Amino acid sequence: MQQAQSQGQQHPIGLYLKIWALLFVLSTLSYLVDYFHLEGALRWSLILIFMFLKAGLIVAVFMHMMWERMALITAILVPPLCLLVLIMLMASESWWTFLTRLDFFG
Amino acid sequence: MSQTDSKAEGLKGLIEDWASDQRAFRVPWGKAMMWIFLLSDTFVFSCFLVGYMVVRISVTEPWPLPTEVFALTISGQSIPLVLIAIMTFILITSSGTMAMAVNYGYRQDKIRAACLMLVTALLGATFVGMQAFEWSKLIEDGVRPWGNPWGAAQFGAAFFMITGFHGLHVSIGVIYLSIVALKILAGHYEKAGNYQIVEIAGLYWHFVDLVWVFIFAFFYLW
Repeated sequence: MQQAQSQGQQHPIGLYLKIWALLFVLSTLSYLVDYFHLEGALRWSLILIFMFLKAGLIVAVFMHMMWERMALITAILVPPLCLLVLIMLMASESWWTFLTRLDFFG
Repeated sequence: MSQTDSKAEGLKGLIEDWASDQRAFRVPWGKAMMWIFLLSDTFVFSCFLVGYMVVRISVTEPWPLPTEVFALTISGQSIPLVLIAIMTFILITSSGTMAMAVNYGYRQDKIRAACLMLVTALLGATFVGMQAFEWSKLIEDGVRPWGNPWGAAQFGAAFFMITGFHGLHVSIGVIYLSIVALKILAGHYEKAGNYQIVEIAGLYWHFVDLVWVFIFAFFYLW
């Protein structure tokens, strides 16, 4: 049995239920950020923290990434880091556009 | 399954290198292919979200406040984002039932695995239904891809594009999960006793949930 399933990912249901509960709590917390009208840096940092925690739990446990071999983990998780470059380029470009628009139309 | 050391050069070497039994990922090919598809899909959704970031930073008109736009009035009280919060909980719940389906699949418990997948699909269909309700409400309020009553015109374009593409993924997922569940019930995987397909379908479903985490944070909460 163990041999036949050696390629599969089998983990106790209890673990899934705990992660599920944790995701519920994190979603409630991120909803409360909006509900209590938190503003500024506190709002943005809380949104990002809860978002990364939720995303991490889903990828690591529900998608079994933490039990995969390093070859697969790096092949899937490293390429999206390119997106950080795109985000930085586009953010600075859009601030430039914004300031230019203020100059000409503001 | 050992790696072959091809000595051939040129075109012959190229063909041998690509055709021989090279293996980097020690997972079934279906799983590797699903992961690579999901990686490409990550870039698609990221492009939408980066595009949204660009218009949100660069517009000079005020961005419509999601907390007010998506508020629902329930028994005389306006509750911010309530429908979106319920949709989030429904999607997380469907991810939980999907994870359990994978577990029962590997235990060869095909009835439970298929039923949990159908429950997952049902929750997904509920999500799409609520999204259709949200869309029709916003369209009624006058939101269009080219304008809306509250501020920056780009709000509608970003909203319809991002949530529409996500909703399309959920709808395809509902169909995908239902087909796999029915195939399990019909005994298609009985002979091989291999229920890997449940885990592969599950990867797709969890990814749809994952994308929603980012949409929820950046579009609805930011």
